[in-house]
Amino acid sequence: MAAAETSSIAGLLLVSVLILPVVGILAQLALGGRFLNWICLAVFPASFGVSAATCAVVWSHGEPLIYIVGGWQPPLGIALRADGISAAMMLVTAIIICAVAIFARVEFTQPSGAPEARAPFVFWALILALWSALNALFLGCDLFNLYVALELLTFAAVPLVCLKGGEATVKAALRYLLFALLGSMLYLMGTALLYGAYGTLDITLLAQRVHPERVTWIAAALMTVGLLTKTALFPLHLWLPPAHAGAPAAGSAVLSALVVKGSFFLIVRLWFDAMPGLGHTAGPQLLASLGAAAILFGSVMALRQQRLKLLVAYSTVAQIGYLFLMFPLAMAAEQSWTSLAWTGGWLQLFSHAFAKAAMFLAAGLIADALGHDRINDLGGAGRLRPLTFCTFGLAGLSLIGVPPSGGFVAKWLLLSASVAEGQWIWAAVIVVGGLLAGGYIFKVLGRAFTAGSDAPVIVTPVSLSREVVAFSLAVGAVLLGFFPLEPAEILQIGRPEILGSTVP
Amino acid sequence: MASVFDVTLVCLILAVGAWSTFARLTFSAIVIFIVYGLLLSLAWVRLAAVDVALTEAAIGSGVTGMLLLNAVARLRSTDAAPTPSRSSVNIAAGVFCTLITASLAGLVLVPPQVPVSLAPSVMESLGQSGLGNPVAGVLFVYRSLDTLLEKVVLVLALIAVWSLAPDGLWGGKPALRPFPQRDSVLIFLARTVPPIGIMVGIYMFWVGADEPGGAFQGGAVLAAMWILVMIAGLAAVPPTSSHALRLALIVGPVVFLAIGILGIFLTGTFLAYPEGYAKPLIIAIEATLTVSIGVTLAMHVVGPPEKEWRS
Repeated sequence: MAAAETSSIAGLLLVSVLILPVVGILAQLALGGRFLNWICLAVFPASFGVSAATCAVVWSHGEPLIYIVGGWQPPLGIALRADGISAAMMLVTAIIICAVAIFARVEFTQPSGAPEARAPFVFWALILALWSALNALFLGCDLFNLYVALELLTFAAVPLVCLKGGEATVKAALRYLLFALLGSMLYLMGTALLYGAYGTLDITLLAQRVHPERVTWIAAALMTVGLLTKTALFPLHLWLPPAHAGAPAAGSAVLSALVVKGSFFLIVRLWFDAMPGLGHTAGPQLLASLGAAAILFGSVMALRQQRLKLLVAYSTVAQIGYLFLMFPLAMAAEQSWTSLAWTGGWLQLFSHAFAKAAMFLAAGLIADALGHDRINDLGGAGRLRPLTFCTFGLAGLSLIGVPPSGGFVAKWLLLSASVAEGQWIWAAVIVVGGLLAGGYIFKVLGRAFTAGSDAPVIVTPVSLSREVVAFSLAVGAVLLGFFPLEPAEILQIGRPEILGSTVP
Repeated sequence: MASVFDVTLVCLILAVGAWSTFARLTFSAIVIFIVYGLLLSLAWVRLAAVDVALTEAAIGSGVTGMLLLNAVARLRSTDAAPTPSRSSVNIAAGVFCTLITASLAGLVLVPPQVPVSLAPSVMESLGQSGLGNPVAGVLFVYRSLDTLLEKVVLVLALIAVWSLAPDGLWGGKPALRPFPQRDSVLIFLARTVPPIGIMVGIYMFWVGADEPGGAFQGGAVLAAMWILVMIAGLAAVPPTSSHALRLALIVGPVVFLAIGILGIFLTGTFLAYPEGYAKPLIIAIEATLTVSIGVTLAMHVVGPPEKEWRS
C-alpha cells in the first residue's frame, strides 16, 4: 500500500470533507445569524461536491486514497484513508444530509431582519458538525482520531434530540447522552489497552501486530460493547426510541439514517480490519444473535406502538439487527469481501438509510399536517396527503424487503449467504423479520386508507416541495433495488487480501 | 519501590473515592470528588506525568467540580423532589463496574512482557519542531488533527449548552443563578487573586512548549479567574450574542485552521509547518487557543442564557 500513500491534490479532498463543515460552524459564530442562510448555501453544495469527487476518484482508480496529515507517517502521525466502503458511506451521507437540509430549509430559516434565532442557528451548526464527524469516522485509520470523531458525533447528535425543548425531549436527550458517554469511555479504555500492548493506534499496523491474547480480547470486548451502545443494538437500545421520536423530523431522519451507522462502521473497522482474528471466536455468532433478537424484539415493539414516530423509531431498532448478520456470514466465507454477505450487509445499511430518512420525514409531514401522530386516528388521512403516504409505503417496502427495493436486494443477499453457509437460523430470522415489518407498515397504511369514524382534517398545510424531498429519498431506496445480486466490486476497493480466510 | 508516601496516597485515594460514592448528600459527594481529583493529580505527579497531573487538577477536579456544584445549586433552586435511585439500577451499575475493574485488574497483574511505546520516536523527531515538551509535540506536531477537532468539540459543546435556553432568551445573558449573594470575602478574593492567577495562566501556556503546561491548563486557570470576577459581581456576564465573546470563542480554532491551511501552500501538506517556523507558529496557535479555551470553559460554567433571577 506504500505506493498509494500520497499527500497529493486528490488527497486534499479528504482534508476538505472534514474541514469544510467545520469552517461553516466557525463562520456561523463569527458572522452571526444574519449570514446564516448564506453560509449554508455556500457550505452544503461545496461539501457535497467534495464528497462526490472523493467517491469518483476512489471508484475510478480502484484503489484507496490516502492522506498523511502534517507529513508524519503513522504510527507517530495520523493518516486519512478512503477505501471503497468509506467512499460509499460518504456519498450516501452527503446525499441524505443535503436532502434533509432542503427539507429543513423552511422550518429552520433565519428570518431576515430579525435577531438571530435559536433553532436555526443550533440546527445548522449541529448538522454541519454531524457531517464532519461522520466523514472523520469513515476516513479515520487511527483509533484515537476515531475517538475524537465519535465525540464530535455525540455532541452533535444529542442536542438535536432536545432542539424542540420540553421536558420529555430533554429527558430523552439526557438518557442518550449518558448511554453515549458510557460508550465513549469503554471505547477509549480499549484503545488505551491496545496502545499499551502493541504501541500503535494505526489500524493497519495494529492488524499486523495484534496477537490472540488476553489483552486483545478484553480491549475488543470493551470497545465493541461501547460502540454497540452507540449503535443501539438490542439490549442496549433503550435510549433510541424516545430520542429518535423526540427530535424534529429532519433531526430524526439524520439520527436514524446516519448517526447510528457511524458507530456501526467503526465496529466493522475493528472486527474486519484491526482485529481480524476475532473471526475465530464466538464473537460473530454472538453479535448476530443479538442482531436477531433486535430484529424480533424491535419489530414486535413497533407493531405495538400507538404513535407513528415511535413506530418508526422501533423499526430502526429492528433494522439495525440485520446489519449484524453480516458478521458470522462474511467472516465465515473464504474471502470476506467477495462474499454475498459483505455486499448484502452494506446494501442493508444504505437502503435503510434512504428508507428510514424518507419515513421519518414522511412521519414528520403527517404530524405537521394533522397536528398529531396517533396511528389510530389516521383514518382516511391517506386521501388528504397521498404523496406523503406513498412515500411512507415505498420506504416501507424496502424495510420489509419487497422487490424492487434496496431492502429486497440486501435481505436476499443475506438470505442466500446464510443458506450457502449452512447457517439456516439467520435465514429464518430474516424471513420472520420481513413478515413482522410487513405487519407494522400495513398497520399504518391500512389505517390511512380506510375512512375512520371522524375524518381527519389538515391543521397546517405542508408544502409540496417538502413532500417531494421525502418522496425522492424513498425513490432512492427503491432504485438501490436495481443493484446486481452479486458481490459489488466497489465495496472491495482497498480491502486487505490476505486476511479473508478465517476458517482455522 | 513503593515508598510510604505512595502507599499512603493510594490508600487515601481509595478511601476518598469510596467516601464520595457513599456520601449521602450530593453536595458533600461533589466536594469529596474534588478532593479525590486533587489526590489523583498527586498520583500523576508521582508517575512523572506532570502534564496529566496539571490537566487532572484543572479540568478533572476544577472545572468538572464547578459544573457539578452548579448543577446541585440549580436542582435545589427548582425544588425538584429528588427521586430515590432504584436499587436494581444500582446493582446493575455495581455489577458492571466490578466486571470492568476485574478485567482491568487481570491485565495489570499480568502485564505484557515487553512494554512498547512510541515515546523514543517522539523524542527522536522532536528536535525538528524546536519544542522541548514531548506532550506539546504530540498535541501540535504529530497529532495536530486530533487537537484541532477536539477544539471544535469544545465549541460545539458550548452551542449545545446554549441550545437549552428558551427561544426568547437566545443571545441573552447567563444569569449566574447559583450565585445570588455577593459576600465581602468573595469580593475581596475577586479583587486580589486574578492578577496572580492571570500571570499563572499565561505562564502555564508560555512554558508549555518546553515544560509541562500548555494551552488547556493555562486556559482553565484563566477561566477560573474570569468566573471568580463574574460571580463576585465585579464584571458583567457578557450576553451570548456578543460579537467580542463569539470572536474570542473561535479565535483559537480559526488561527489553528488557518495555519494548517497555510501549510498546504508553503509545504504542500495540511497541518505541516514550514521548516524553521514550527515553534513560533505553534506558540501563536497555543496563545490564541489559551484565550478560546479560557472563554469557552468559563461560558460552560456560567451556563445557558436565563431570565434575571432575584432571591
